[in-house]
Amino acid sequence: MSHDHDHDHEPVGNEPEAAMRPRALEELLVEKGVLDRERIRARIDWLVSRTPANGARLVARAWVDPDFKHRLAEDARAAADELGLDVGPSPVTLGLENTESVHHLVVCTLCSCYPKALLGPPPEWYKSLPYRSRTVSDPRGVLREFGVELDDGVEVRVVDSTAEIRYLVIPRRPPGTEGLTEDELAALVTRDSMIGVAVPRAPERELAQSSTSGGG
Amino acid sequence: MTRGVHDRGGVPTDAPIDRTEHELAGWEVLTDALANALEDAGVVNVDEFRRGIESMPPDEYERAAYYERWLFSIETNLVEKGILRAGEVDARLGT
Amino acid sequence: MTFEPGARVRVSDRPHEGHHRTPGYLKGKTGVVERGRATFTNPETRAYGEDGLPERRVYLVGFEQRELWPGYELDDRLFADVFEHWLEDA
Repeated sequence: MSHDHDHDHEPVGNEPEAAMRPRALEELLVEKGVLDRERIRARIDWLVSRTPANGARLVARAWVDPDFKHRLAEDARAAADELGLDVGPSPVTLGLENTESVHHLVVCTLCSCYPKALLGPPPEWYKSLPYRSRTVSDPRGVLREFGVELDDGVEVRVVDSTAEIRYLVIPRRPPGTEGLTEDELAALVTRDSMIGVAVPRAPERELAQSSTSGGG
Repeated sequence: MTRGVHDRGGVPTDAPIDRTEHELAGWEVLTDALANALEDAGVVNVDEFRRGIESMPPDEYERAAYYERWLFSIETNLVEKGILRAGEVDARLGT
Repeated sequence: MTFEPGARVRVSDRPHEGHHRTPGYLKGKTGVVERGRATFTNPETRAYGEDGLPERRVYLVGFEQRELWPGYELDDRLFADVFEHWLEDA
């Protein structure tokens, strides 16, 4: 079970001890009747089935429907229900709307709180000590490191997820995307843009096509 | 005011953020699933789980991989509750 | 104590050794309540085997970054969820 990814990447930690330990723990808990394998399996399946595509669908709908955007900011669970999406176990999830004058950025300085149900497991850097330390005191420096440079006139709002409320950034819809369908828009919404460390870009498809046809 | 090792906001550091993408390894997925299954089963709640992570000796916390902290907390809580004996996982591993 | 949006609040800087969810960098700082619509079990007791009841209200509080960090120059803000029993009238 769950060997799926073992050979693809160098795991973080002291292999092989770290890799063996949870398997020993699992064996002991099953033997003692504390957990059954089905319950563990269900949690593995849940975790690996979560991807940023879920959050992207919410954002794309918010881009085409201002009322939906408002509902997403007020109560993401209710908004997600409308699209048949599960926001997970956190009792409250809220969207944070980026505008011309406000840019949101999410961190959890105390641990690693993150809207997993909508974005999948958090990236390694989100859980890292430098991100957790620096994002609150130097958000613009962190954004610069991620390649996002904001004018001084744009207010940067850091949100530190210190309780059981989860936050999803609703990035701005990029210009030049007027003709796109909701599915095409969703494809532009990256995980990082929903954490607030990136800005979605319009597709360069037409540019690429014209340069191809031009023989360039 | 003493701050716990987990309380990182504003802690001075020049360390860059390593943005390397890392797909979760099998043992990491399993550790995540065990913690959540224990919560589902009403054995260890999220607050006990976090408190367990925060009880890690500070130098170990700083050195540990993310899911090693989770394992530490799961085992700490299960020993406290009398579900595991201290050292039982090590014994099973034969170390 | 309950707070309305717009209320000025100070985060307590009382010592607290056990598990709690108030980050050190906010203790003693003053901010403005943005919203406070939900209540949650109290992690400070629930982390030690209790049920965490009664539930406590959690407020999203906004802080001026220049009041949190010396040398911060722009009008940026920081928001965090703070339990009601860590907030005082300011």
